[in-house]
Amino acid sequence: MPTTLTIPIPESDIRRLNVGDTVLVSGTMITGRDAVHKWMADTFINQTRTPSGDDLEVYAAIKPILDGGVIYHCGPVVGGLDTRQYRFVAAGPTTSIREEPYQGAVMHHFNLRGVIGKGGMAAKTLQACQEVPAVYLHAIGGAAPLIAGSVQKVLGVYKLEFGVPEAIWVIEVKDFPAVVTMDAHGNSLHDGVRQQSRAVLDRLLA
Amino acid sequence: MRDLTKELLELVRLASTDLPPDVEKRLREAAASEEPGSAARGAMDTILANVALARGNSTPICQDTGTPLFFVRFPEGWSPRSLREQIKAAVAEATKKTYLRPNAVDSLSGKNTGNNLGDEHFPTIHFEEADGDTLTVELILKGGGCENVGAQYSLPNDALKAGRDLEGVRRAALDAVYRAQGEGCAPGFLGIAIGGDRGSSYIASKEALRHKVGDVNSNPDLAALEARITQEGNQLGIGPMGFGGKSTVLGAKIAPTYRLPASFFVTISYMCWAYRRRMMTVSGEQVSYE
Repeated sequence: MPTTLTIPIPESDIRRLNVGDTVLVSGTMITGRDAVHKWMADTFINQTRTPSGDDLEVYAAIKPILDGGVIYHCGPVVGGLDTRQYRFVAAGPTTSIREEPYQGAVMHHFNLRGVIGKGGMAAKTLQACQEVPAVYLHAIGGAAPLIAGSVQKVLGVYKLEFGVPEAIWVIEVKDFPAVVTMDAHGNSLHDGVRQQSRAVLDRLLA
Repeated sequence: MRDLTKELLELVRLASTDLPPDVEKRLREAAASEEPGSAARGAMDTILANVALARGNSTPICQDTGTPLFFVRFPEGWSPRSLREQIKAAVAEATKKTYLRPNAVDSLSGKNTGNNLGDEHFPTIHFEEADGDTLTVELILKGGGCENVGAQYSLPNDALKAGRDLEGVRRAALDAVYRAQGEGCAPGFLGIAIGGDRGSSYIASKEALRHKVGDVNSNPDLAALEARITQEGNQLGIGPMGFGGKSTVLGAKIAPTYRLPASFFVTISYMCWAYRRRMMTVSGEQVSYE
């Protein structure tokens, strides 16, 4: 039976989860991928660039959503761009590992409870999962219309100048399906699969 | 010359929303091979449900509608220049209709053009004049996740003990599958080129993906190697999405090409499970799709 997670997610819910558990996530979350993570890190975490334009307003708007919340690595196909009656047409996860340089710091900074993506992440993120605490949730890559179906409503969008795939979309989801592949206890399904496949590869190339 | 923009739009719609039957069949076989109740089986069942949903709703199978790769074979008398304009018009219209995600990003400014039209490389269109009077336009949509795990090896490679022979090709291909883990949306299909220069080798590796899944290589040695790479790739146990499981590689196609004496490249283009490939054939007034 899948575990239901409601945003904001209590710490205790996170600590109860283990690698392999299936979950259904409900509540308000944002999408954020390459451009957003770099923007967050440069502007607010490392502060190597000065906020400009609407940076501070966007920051103020997403901070409460992310506190105890979830960021989704996703560059959706969005309908209704001309009328601003936005709807998600296709919204599967993108490959998460590209955010590895930023993710741990972003999780700490915003007090995230979950990161949704695909392909898994590495040591820095796994450590942040233990410290914050949080989990990495794996959605099915390419399952775009299926996941779009769990997006009940597009509540708004920030940083549309990053482009549709890279913008911050604020979405309300119900029963978003995912699998815990990195938990708050230091376990990663991806590490295990990598080690096992390495052993087989060594044998095949012996 | 005839205006095929409408027909090309249908080609894009089909490619993005309706997975070809040979690919779907292979995915079904992969699903059946996974243990009921396993994460791998769950992933495969979700993938198959998603394929049906995308087809039924005419929505993209994957939100990353990728780089549109067109391969056009045109009879004498057709103008590649006007075909290019028609393809571009169809791509822009398909983006408006949300069959495609706006994917063309200026590498310097980071600006997304919003209509999938970038420069002469985006969308990518290969033209070839052919005998006969039939025009064919093939389209592959290749997403960024799987494109990023593609790899090129220059042999010999000491670390892999890969020399300039088919055994070296096997070693390079398996290393690429291992390195990709689940990041290219496994289970995937491999297009493998042997030879060329760096550029032509990547192109040949993508052209290898124009084959149908069940096609058998006319060179028996390459056919045997394709089967072996597929089988050993699955032994790695990476599984659907990298969850662990039996299905990691669903097929491999090897294309040999000429090389310089000094160079021996093995280039692997990894295609995700959402292997979106369609062809349109124009013969007289008839337009058909497969």
